[in-house]
Amino acid sequence: MDQMKLERRQAMAALLAERGEDLLVIPGLGSTAWDAAAAGDDDRNFYLWGAMGGAAMIGLGLALAQPGCRVAVITGDGEMLMGLGSLATIGIQRPPNLAVIVFDNGVYGETGMQPSHTQGGVDLIGVARACGITTCLDVRDKNALADLAHRLQNLRETLFARVWIAADEPPRVLPLRDGVALKNRFRAAAGIKP
Amino acid sequence: MSEQTGDWPDRLFETLKTAGIRQVGYVPDAGHARLIDRCRADSEIRDVVLTTEEEGVALAAGAWLGGERAALLMQSSGLGNCINMFSLARTCRFPLLMFITMRGEWEEFNPWQVPMGSIVDPVLELCEAQVYRVRAPDEVATTAERAVQHVFGDERIGAVILSQELIGRKIWTK
Repeated sequence: MDQMKLERRQAMAALLAERGEDLLVIPGLGSTAWDAAAAGDDDRNFYLWGAMGGAAMIGLGLALAQPGCRVAVITGDGEMLMGLGSLATIGIQRPPNLAVIVFDNGVYGETGMQPSHTQGGVDLIGVARACGITTCLDVRDKNALADLAHRLQNLRETLFARVWIAADEPPRVLPLRDGVALKNRFRAAAGIKP
Repeated sequence: MSEQTGDWPDRLFETLKTAGIRQVGYVPDAGHARLIDRCRADSEIRDVVLTTEEEGVALAAGAWLGGERAALLMQSSGLGNCINMFSLARTCRFPLLMFITMRGEWEEFNPWQVPMGSIVDPVLELCEAQVYRVRAPDEVATTAERAVQHVFGDERIGAVILSQELIGRKIWTK
C-alpha cells in the first residue's frame, strides 16, 4: 500500500550523503534516530532518546548559537506533533541556518503503529506555513528528496519539509545512548572548548 | 517602592550580561516584565518568546550544544510544563538556569495559582535542581551570581525562586 512512498533509511541516507563539515543534525527520538545511526554514526549527530517534542527547539537554540553552521532537525510526525508550538516559536525567530524536516508516516512506529494525527488529516506543512515559515517543501518522491538535499546544502533561510515515508520498521540501529557522552562529543566536533 | 529596592530586575539583568547569557527564553509574566523588556532591548541577547516553558528547556540545551549560555524565565505555573523535558538536562547534564517568579504563596487572589505554586520546591528537588530562594531585593543579584556559577560551572540545573513577597501582589482592580 505504501509502495509509492519513500523508504525511510534511503531518505535519511540521501539527506546526509554529502552533509559537509558544517551540518549539525538533531535526530528526534525513535525511528529517525535509528535512521540517522544507520546512515553512519557521526559526532555531529545529537541523537535524542527522550525529550519528546523537544527536537525542533534544540535545533533552534543550536542554530542561534552557531550561525556559521547549518542545523538540521530530522524527526518524526509524532515527535513534531508533541512540540507543535515550537513551530510558532521558530516562525518568529526564523534563523537562516535551520531546517526542520519531518519524516511523516502517519503512525507512531515505536509503540505499535497506532495512527497519528497526520493520518487523520492534520497537515504539518499547513501548520508550518501558518506559523510564518515561508519555505515549506512537500517531499513525495525521489526528485523532491534530491531537491531537499540540495537546499539543505545551500541553506539560506528557515526551511520546513515534510517527507512522506512508508510506514515500515527496518531493523533498529541503535546509536550511543549515554547523554553526557553524546553532548561532549558533539560539542568537541562543533569546535567548542570544554 | 524605593529606587534601591525596586530596581532588582535591572541588577538581575546586569548579572545575566556579566555571566555571558546570550539566549533568554521566556513565557511572559508580570513579575519578569522589566527583565524581559531589558532583554528585548539588548542587541547581544536573543530573546525567544515561547509558547510553553518546556520549549525553553530544549532551547537551553541546544544553545549549550552550540557553545552559548541561555537562561529561562517563567512563572511558577510553568514549572509543571517542564518536568519531562528536564530529563534532557538531567540525562545529558545540560546547564539549565531558571528564574521562577512565584504565584500562589503570598497574598494570592487567584486560587487556581495555588496547586502548582505550592509544590514548586519539592518538584524542583525531585528533578535534581539546586533551589535558590530570594525574598529580599538586595539578595537577587548575589544569589543569581551563585546560581550562574553552579549551573554553568558544573553543568547542572539551578532555579532561582523569586518569591511573591519580593515581586508584590498582583493588582486585580484598576
